Amino acid sequence: MKSLGSIRRSFAPWADPTAVPFIAVKNVTKKFGDFVAVDNLSLNIYPREFFALLGASGCGKSTLLRMLAGFEQPTSGEIVLDGQSLAGIPPYRRPVNMMFQSYALFPHMTVENNIAFGLKQDGMPKPQIAERVDQMLKLVKLDKFAKRKPHQLSGGQRQRVALARSLAKRPKVLLLDEPLGALDKKLREETQFELMDLQQQLGLTFVVVTHDQEEAMTMADRIAVMAHGKVIQVATPPEIYEAPNSRFVADFIGDVNIFDGTVSSAGPGTVEIATQTGFTVRVASSDAPAVGAKIGLAIRPEKIRVSRDEPACAPLNAAQGEIWDIGYLGDMTIFHVRLKDGKVIKASSLNAVRAVEDPLGYDQQVWISFDENAGVVLKD
Amino acid sequence: MVKWSRFNIASIVFGFAFLYLPIVLLVIFSFNESKLVTVWAGFSTKWYVQLLHNQALLDAAWVTVRVGLISATVATVLGTLAALAMTRYTRFRGRMLFSGMIYAPLVMPEVITGLSMLLLFVAIGLDRGFWTLTLAHITFTMCFVAVVVQSRLLSFDRSIEEAAMDLGATPVATFLQVTLPVIAPAVFSGWVLAFTLSLDDLVISNFTSGPGATTLPMKIYSQVRLGVTPEINAVCTILIGIVAMGVLIASVVSRRREIQRVRDEQAAFAL
Ligand SMILES: Nc1ncnc2c1ncn2[C@@H]1O[C@H](COP(=O)(O)OP(=O)(O)OP(=O)(O)O)[C@@H](O)[C@H]1O
Ligand SMILES: [Mg+2]
Repeated sequence: MKSLGSIRRSFAPWADPTAVPFIAVKNVTKKFGDFVAVDNLSLNIYPREFFALLGASGCGKSTLLRMLAGFEQPTSGEIVLDGQSLAGIPPYRRPVNMMFQSYALFPHMTVENNIAFGLKQDGMPKPQIAERVDQMLKLVKLDKFAKRKPHQLSGGQRQRVALARSLAKRPKVLLLDEPLGALDKKLREETQFELMDLQQQLGLTFVVVTHDQEEAMTMADRIAVMAHGKVIQVATPPEIYEAPNSRFVADFIGDVNIFDGTVSSAGPGTVEIATQTGFTVRVASSDAPAVGAKIGLAIRPEKIRVSRDEPACAPLNAAQGEIWDIGYLGDMTIFHVRLKDGKVIKASSLNAVRAVEDPLGYDQQVWISFDENAGVVLKD
Repeated sequence: MVKWSRFNIASIVFGFAFLYLPIVLLVIFSFNESKLVTVWAGFSTKWYVQLLHNQALLDAAWVTVRVGLISATVATVLGTLAALAMTRYTRFRGRMLFSGMIYAPLVMPEVITGLSMLLLFVAIGLDRGFWTLTLAHITFTMCFVAVVVQSRLLSFDRSIEEAAMDLGATPVATFLQVTLPVIAPAVFSGWVLAFTLSLDDLVISNFTSGPGATTLPMKIYSQVRLGVTPEINAVCTILIGIVAMGVLIASVVSRRREIQRVRDEQAAFAL
């Protein structure tokens, strides 16, 4: 088998205009009474993709998943799976399986029978069922627990049974609603990689709901960031992080500093912005906004340098301030620097050198600076 | 541990005496040698032997059991379906009215239920007998089953039904393989309740039965009007024995299951 990395690197069907999406969500709206849970949402998910839905609690992630599984009907719009419209097809006829946020294990059945349930519905012959169940139990490392009932398992074990049960039928699409919510950090990280391996080995399409951004970044080929029933941005993890398309996404994923300002001049490939804080910034920007437009500039903390001496680029892309707060994390240090107008910005620096003799301390006057390609222009 | 005060002991003794003294007396006098119910004349089991030769009483017992089994079973099916409808289809018009109407027969005076059923049977020209009796019992026990099953369904986690359908089970398969096994204990208690209610009903039976369909309570009641005989005491003692056995078995079974569950749980944590 090819190594995971090499497959992943070459996997980008969304960039290929001739690729046919496996799941196409077309202008889907879902209302509960007057409340709009999913709002005119469109998405394309490609075969073998590991797709993550990321968003705050209540933004409609589960509702979207439940529409894919067939438990809720869209109020308007349609969902197409593998070229076939899913409208009117009941859950038990969809080639889609779901792992539930609440696990939803059958309390009166053993672990074994829980996993075999779907296979029995398909009328698979008994020896084959036994073989498949065995295989699934090994996969989730629960072979010793085959005869237990769900109430005799720990939370994490139940979660693994739920996963095995939803995988047993080898569905074309697996929907996972918060699959790792109940696991502790270590097991969670392990399971993340197991899930990715599994998805690769079986060649399945995964749609994972999560509100843990790190989890989404680790596992997914692409992430859809949702808010209030809408998709705000769909992109690969690096794109989402480095090129957020809005304040919401920039703020939602990771830490960010946002400077508000006005475009003062726009050259080819760069813009200059007069920030409200009082310094001028020049950044690389491919589609330059008009002069005078009010925009935001997002810069990640790790792209901001903190120095005692005036940087060479000053007065462009540099500002003076004092150190307000220091968080020493061992591998890196986080500085909160208070600029002249009172705005506090975050900067983080890797502690690549051991115990500096004269570290930056509280209340020191410092400069912050960053490169021309460090910031992202946000037009909203 | 609370200390036993005299007051506590006294209230327990009086309470239990109030509840059980009549029953204890009845049981004791069923073993009375004398034909006079209130005069003790020594121990004897002759009334029990005589029972076996009282064909009318045995017939009545047989009718009662048959009515009880049939009506409890049908009422359980109908009551369970009603409970499902009431908890599942929460959005139809007039739901409040309907669920209110399910409870109404519980508080309706039996005389009224009996009378109205009698009128119905007369109106549609149904000859009163075994089947009208059974129908009437189905009607009045059904709502008890519905209430018992409904309270179980309210705490039922519907996502397991969704999971079943998601894995390819049709709605019918889902009901039979997932819903029913999970709510089975409530359905069973509904059945037991319906059976015991049917077993001791007198008022409604009086209105709705006809010649050849006399139940045990009816028979006992009519005999008692001619005077209490030790024979009647013996029948009642047997009835008490059956009911007590039923209660005992039910509680032992559920206690066993509880112990088994606790043991399983301990085993799970020991690993
Ligand atoms: N059956 C329903 N009836 C009415 N409102 C509903 C129903 N199901 C969901 N909602 C509402 O729709 C919104 C979206 O719910 P959803 O379960 O999709 O959120 P979510 O993104 O999965 O959140 P979480 O991360 O907490 O699971 C919520 O505000 C919720 O209250
Ligand atoms: Mg959810």
